[in-house]
Amino acid sequence: MTIVKASMAGTVWKILVTEGEQVAADQEVVILESMKMEIPIVTEEAGIVKRIIVAEGDFINVDDDLLEIE
Amino acid sequence: MFKKVLIANRGEIARRIIRTCNRLGIETVAIYSEADANSLHVKEATESFCIGKPPVAQSYLNIDAILDVAKQTGADAVHPGYGLLSENAAFAKRVEEVGITFIGPKSQVIQAMGSKLEARKTMQQAGVPIVQGVNEPIEDTDEAAKIAEEIGFPVMLKASAGGGGIGMQLVNNEEELRKAFEGNQKRAQSFFGDGTMFIEKFIAEPHHVEVQVLADEHGNVVPVYERECSIQRRNQKVVEEAPSPFISEETRKKMLDAAVDAAKHIGYTNAGTIEFLVDRNQNFYFLEMNTRLQVEHPVTEEITGLDLVEQQLKVANGEKLAFKREDIQKKGHAIEVRIYAEHPVTFFPSPGKITKLVLPEGEGIRHEVAVETGSDVTPFYDPMIGKLVVYGATRNEACVRLADALSNYVIEGIKTNIPMLLETVTHEQFLKGITTTKFVEEYYLPNATSVGK
Repeated sequence: MTIVKASMAGTVWKILVTEGEQVAADQEVVILESMKMEIPIVTEEAGIVKRIIVAEGDFINVDDDLLEIE
Repeated sequence: MFKKVLIANRGEIARRIIRTCNRLGIETVAIYSEADANSLHVKEATESFCIGKPPVAQSYLNIDAILDVAKQTGADAVHPGYGLLSENAAFAKRVEEVGITFIGPKSQVIQAMGSKLEARKTMQQAGVPIVQGVNEPIEDTDEAAKIAEEIGFPVMLKASAGGGGIGMQLVNNEEELRKAFEGNQKRAQSFFGDGTMFIEKFIAEPHHVEVQVLADEHGNVVPVYERECSIQRRNQKVVEEAPSPFISEETRKKMLDAAVDAAKHIGYTNAGTIEFLVDRNQNFYFLEMNTRLQVEHPVTEEITGLDLVEQQLKVANGEKLAFKREDIQKKGHAIEVRIYAEHPVTFFPSPGKITKLVLPEGEGIRHEVAVETGSDVTPFYDPMIGKLVVYGATRNEACVRLADALSNYVIEGIKTNIPMLLETVTHEQFLKGITTTKFVEEYYLPNATSVGK
């Protein structure tokens, strides 16, 4: 199991996957918005999205957990 | 003159407006979000009011909350700064309706220039050259492909309501266009609430040169020279200078004339900027009009001796411009660099706490900064935390002073683009004045791997 974390503080702009979905390594799973810029977040590992921890519009800090991949 | 001006903005531009108001004996009202409670503009204004939570929609874009503060404090004018509500026609109209002066053009003029597509048509009628393209909204990908084929690739895909490069993309062929169209349309819809798209022919090796105008309510329009703003990253300006090192005296005269024609045609009042693309043969084309003070206005101030905020206040107060075109002579050369809280190579934002800030001092150096040691740079707003402006008798002298100042600029705790700025302004292409909008891609990024580590 791996946790995908936020690379910087910002707002969750878009969640690109759903729970139960198969994802590949390096796939974009979340887009954050920070300082008026879109920041794509990729998963380093392939697997199934087990749990999405944040919702669109949430404010998050650097290193906060975004989702869980198994 | 006004007694009290509310500044509907934040950061360095709020401080800049406060400075001129102080000099003219005008009181100021600052507004701020919870994230900006410790900001310098809040401390420096005569009065300050918190108007909401950090996201701009809940504070700096909250028209009702801002108008409440304006009424409550008895402000007789509102200065919108740049960005945020500065080009929001509905805001200007609401301010006008409650009997307060909006420091800018009339709301109808803001509206007319806010749509890039409408502005294209209007400028064509004014006899100002425009880039070959369409004057009607493009409905879907198939229509876009057909039009692009007629114009000939490469083309620029553009959002009519766009700004800051959002919704805009260069496409080289039909496949790229088909991939890009819907994404940009959606982005424009979600950022600006308007997904209207259009297409223009791509101008190769373009220079971005803009003309500053001042227009009073008595029909006088005075152009106060141009600014060269070609050096950009992510379609946003990074280095700006005046005068342009690229255009000839003949082109300068034609561009200034065109800017005056444009401003007169639309009944423009207050300070405004007409942006042009200039091709390698010095043909120029209307790009858009910014109906507000620009970020880079200080370089114009440095070469003309004018205080543009003061001129804005006077014009908004109904005064006549105290000078004619021939009275304004340019002298020397000024360059501004924008200091961004971001990684100097990837350009990704770098919010955080500034643990140390030491501003370089010296002859010809001017600072416009929003932060101090201990400031938090939050993720809620634009990454620009300050501007460094240098003046020299010649462009060469300005370049030397700028490189010195950047070398001595200390910001710790966050990443900034200062290493990128230093590489740029000491690059031989820059020193030669060869600054097309491709500069960062062609001359900076290929050698940038060692920068900022």
